[in-house]
Amino acid sequence: MSGLFEEIHEQPAADVPTRRVSITVNGDKRVAQVEPRLLLAHLLRQGLKLTGTHTGCDTTNCGACTVLFDGKPIKSCTMLAVQADGHEVTTVEGLAGASELHPIQEGFKDEHGLQCGFCTPGMMLAAKALLEENPDPTEDEVRWALSGNLCRCTGYQNIVKSVMWAAKKMQAQSAS
Amino acid sequence: MTAVAENTEVGRARLRKEDARLLTGRTRWTDNIAVPGMLHMAILRSPHAHARINSVDVSAAAAAPNVVAAFCGKDVAETQGVLACAWPVTEDIVMPTYLPLAVTEVRHVGEPVAVVVARDRASAVDALQLIEVDYDPLPVVLDIEAALAEGSPLVHEDKGTNKCYTWVFDSAAAGSGGDVAGVVADAEITIKRRYVQQRLIPSFMEPRSVIVEPAAGEGGSWTVYSATQIPHILRFLLAATTGTPEHKIRVIAPDVGGGFGGKLAVTPEEWIAFAAANRVGRPVKYTETRSEAMVSAHHGRDVIQDLTLYAKRDGTVTGLDVKLLANMGAYLGIVTPGVPLLGAFMYNGIYKFPAYRFECTGVFTTTTKTDAYRGAGRPEATYAIERIMDELAAEVGIDPMEVRRRNWIRHEEFPFGTVAGLTYDSGNYEAATDKAMQLLGYDELRAEQAARRESNDPKQLGIGISTYTEMCGLAPSRVLGALRYGAGGWESASVRVLPTGKVEVVTGSSPHGQGHVTSWSQIVADQLGVPFDDVEVLHGDTRTSHKGLDTYGSRSLAVGGIALVMASQKVREKARVIAAHMLECSPDDVEFADGAFRVKGSPEASKTIADCALAVFAAHNLPDGVEPTLDSEATFDPEGFSFPHGTHLCAIEVDTETGEVAIRQYVCVDDVGRVVNPLIVEGQVHGGVAQGIAQALYEEAVYDAEGNLLTSSFADYTLPSSADLPDIVSDRTETPATSNPLGVKGVGEAGTIAATPAVVNAIVDALRPFGVIDVQMPCTPERVWRALKEVIA
Amino acid sequence: MIPAAFDYIRPSTVEDAVNALADAGEEGKVLAGGQSLLPVLRLRLAAPALLVDLGGLSQLRGIREDGDMLVIGAMTTHAELAASSVPLLAQVAATVGDRQVRHRGTLGGSLSHADPAGDLPTAAVALDAQMVLAGPHGRRTVAASDFFVDLFTTALAPDELLIEVRVPKLQGWQTHYTKVGRTAQAWATVAVAAAVRRENGSIAQARVALTNMGPTPVRASAVEQALAGVAVDGDAIAAAAAHAAEGTAPASDTTASAEYRSHLAKVLTRRALLAAVGR
Repeated sequence: MSGLFEEIHEQPAADVPTRRVSITVNGDKRVAQVEPRLLLAHLLRQGLKLTGTHTGCDTTNCGACTVLFDGKPIKSCTMLAVQADGHEVTTVEGLAGASELHPIQEGFKDEHGLQCGFCTPGMMLAAKALLEENPDPTEDEVRWALSGNLCRCTGYQNIVKSVMWAAKKMQAQSAS
Repeated sequence: MTAVAENTEVGRARLRKEDARLLTGRTRWTDNIAVPGMLHMAILRSPHAHARINSVDVSAAAAAPNVVAAFCGKDVAETQGVLACAWPVTEDIVMPTYLPLAVTEVRHVGEPVAVVVARDRASAVDALQLIEVDYDPLPVVLDIEAALAEGSPLVHEDKGTNKCYTWVFDSAAAGSGGDVAGVVADAEITIKRRYVQQRLIPSFMEPRSVIVEPAAGEGGSWTVYSATQIPHILRFLLAATTGTPEHKIRVIAPDVGGGFGGKLAVTPEEWIAFAAANRVGRPVKYTETRSEAMVSAHHGRDVIQDLTLYAKRDGTVTGLDVKLLANMGAYLGIVTPGVPLLGAFMYNGIYKFPAYRFECTGVFTTTTKTDAYRGAGRPEATYAIERIMDELAAEVGIDPMEVRRRNWIRHEEFPFGTVAGLTYDSGNYEAATDKAMQLLGYDELRAEQAARRESNDPKQLGIGISTYTEMCGLAPSRVLGALRYGAGGWESASVRVLPTGKVEVVTGSSPHGQGHVTSWSQIVADQLGVPFDDVEVLHGDTRTSHKGLDTYGSRSLAVGGIALVMASQKVREKARVIAAHMLECSPDDVEFADGAFRVKGSPEASKTIADCALAVFAAHNLPDGVEPTLDSEATFDPEGFSFPHGTHLCAIEVDTETGEVAIRQYVCVDDVGRVVNPLIVEGQVHGGVAQGIAQALYEEAVYDAEGNLLTSSFADYTLPSSADLPDIVSDRTETPATSNPLGVKGVGEAGTIAATPAVVNAIVDALRPFGVIDVQMPCTPERVWRALKEVIA
Repeated sequence: MIPAAFDYIRPSTVEDAVNALADAGEEGKVLAGGQSLLPVLRLRLAAPALLVDLGGLSQLRGIREDGDMLVIGAMTTHAELAASSVPLLAQVAATVGDRQVRHRGTLGGSLSHADPAGDLPTAAVALDAQMVLAGPHGRRTVAASDFFVDLFTTALAPDELLIEVRVPKLQGWQTHYTKVGRTAQAWATVAVAAAVRRENGSIAQARVALTNMGPTPVRASAVEQALAGVAVDGDAIAAAAAHAAEGTAPASDTTASAEYRSHLAKVLTRRALLAAVGR
């Protein structure tokens, strides 16, 4: 974290030393002093104020906290911040450019792939990882690739369409 | 009243205005919000399903690092208020006191017992472990039939009974039909079935969260941020039950995650946060974990249905008798007792039989309370009638679709007064059904089914039908009053035209994923002839939206949308007077078209709404007696409900060896009347169908014999993922509602209401040749296998 | 939810890790991929004083050949295993959890956790894998069948680490894993791992192991015996598979009853064998 002043996590409840971690988040190097038990998701949300990453469960099922860790999708509620030391993390805030949306974001908008939007950041990052690995997936492959991300609004139908839309757009972009 | 001046926006698949923020992480979920000086709260919850609290010692927790306060129910007994039930369905209903923090007794696992407020969340959670509670366990009450038996332990000892109420509808007494007892003797066919609506957990993805900023001294005001569907009702009840002046409470529902009825609640956690903030004099935030949500947020369904259907040998239904036992849980939430009543008027479905009786008994148990979950009462009703119509078809030996045709209301018979006493204003069941059957390839599938039966294929094919209707758009205040509901059903909207001609709309509905900002912009753009992008929709803050009844029961468009049309029309009529003045003619000579007022017969001179807004802003030259404003407010209270309908069909392969089922095709044709935004309507249908399928196949809240919720996380409460759900083919017919000027009907719950019986009917249809007549939901592989095994053995 | 506080170290050698565990005694816990451990900590079902993170032991990651054997480092992730050509294990690893979990979860973590519904332990038992354990007094090798002792219990001493898993290359064998679960990301209700070696049109040797049919993964020995020497034929395989539940002790829980699991074991054994031999 940066700035002239920052309150250190008040008197730690337990008598354990805090650790200094340095994580590249969305291209920026971020440094923080953390208790070992701090989850990466909580560091992102509360420490780094990147509140686009959500936590929806305690058991690694919902996938709302999905981020890219060294380019691979992981659930940031199931990783300690100390484990991320020295690594790269991409969150939803790092998906769009300054002026334009990422094709996956465009796809979700165009195909109405979100309703309340709570699962959406995790869905999009899981989709990004899929399309990097498999630029031309079938609908079935998309369904299986997103099976670690729960959505309660859309029935997944338009999420699948959104990812197919993005795949097409990204293929067209890389062809031109 | 002509609803629509122009019709360029309504009906268009506009992309959503809401999405840009949601897609980029620039959101304001309650848990994202940090207000200055904010403290964090954690709640200690009961590990017992039923116990007396002898003592609570919070002293060690209060002394723990970073802790600001720790307290228990006794400490705030005088100030914490109570949680209200708004629907005392009968005069003699048993209404137990529902305290936010338990004081002397806990009645379900997860009930709040004590609280820690600390400077950070981790310290608050850590300190919970230092609280000591001395409990005396009491006997649990879990089975609703046993709970009514003589000598059963009681959930509320002082009430002397576990029965909450019995509510009856009889078509003979109501004058809407005959006496069921009268058709028994003549019935050629009598079918009795018991269906069980398992307990479900709404499982909204965004956990609930609340922040309370207390008044800073005398005369100050409170701000409450909450992940709620009902900010207006929350404000009213907070004021009414804590004695806090209503005008001093501001409730904000910022970005709120769906919902599905699970956030149609005023919660212990909101009340406790309010008490905690008052106690420490600083803002307090509480965000639940999923494990807490599973035991504390209300559950849904949990009803035993005993049905008797009377019919003639040709398949004509002559009467229906329905007896329900509904599990209330330990306490009554805001509409807990009323949920079965919302189904009471729907057990007759789309059919026109002459006699109907309904009786529901609500029962207390030592479990988490039940309350509204998507569909609330209507999914149960639709499931029952659509399942038993299949049984009738089997009994008389005709195709299940044919038996429906013989009984349903024909399109030329609308408006139709039903045996349950409602008037269905419009519908066309034939059209929706024909379209759905074609999309599915019904006849081809029946042929394939016959071939598989012939060849003893281990994978059998079943075709499931659900021809549903439902009542929504809750609504008519007079009807709700007659049902003893505590509030009305109107909705409010206001429209203000800014000096530059841009439009601000304030709605009393409180969206949490439904896309009101987009749809409402479309409606107003048409009404005022302004561009879609020139409309801003404000909601979810009682300071801007001072009046409203919020979002649930598929009511927002069919009620709030009409209020919006009315408010827009008032603005248009005000503008007409001003435009006429500028055009130097009588208002009667001005017509409004293509976004502008023109003098009839001389189209060259025109004034737009924006011209009028600027004229009002300057106010230099207004006609006499015209106020210099171009804004309005309207409140709409409909005369009747809205009745969406449709036909859902699915084809399922059942693996007769493992009991696994696979939905091969799912087709739905819904009639939700006139459509404002087809993209949004389709999305609502998809999501609704997914939750309906989930009840049929996946979800069930399970308690052990001690009253512990075994399915207390997403690891155990199995929500379907993208890989578990089918591709949904959805289409529409459009029979406009005649009960409102837009011709719209609700769509939020229709999919959930329709889908469950379609799926279970398909499974039973596949296995009927073996003798299977029912599989209890959720139809897990084991239950399907067991159903087969029992009939084969 | 937030775990109770703990201390944390991230050693860079196996020796340091083992010593740290030895020092911590009962208070220490190994963190591999964390996909089972972190939920347990978050729910505060366990509260160790020290986590020993193996994430720094890059030497434990990857797959190498050693004669007839493949040697898989304990910190190899499910995703890496799924992308490999290790017989059976590659297919099984691809069915674990979901993609996110597979990028973090490790073979060693999964085996050491010894969840009776876990997929990889069954594959290890089916393959007669050898588990290489490192402790303060050096290394020892334990056969998979001896490694799994009971529910969530292995032959590992508190100060021992599973560092690598040795499996035969199984040239000339055909394998398959068949699984039934409530949802895509759910644990297996029951699953069956089958490996078959054919000679002259008949089954020379078969290995069948079952998931969630008892506190540990079990070999369906009666099935294996019944298959030895029989023709590769649907009826013969079905007859052998009918023995699948013999000697098993499946649990009854919210997912399924023991009776259903026993039934499923037979059906899935037949299907796994048929799929393995390409029928």
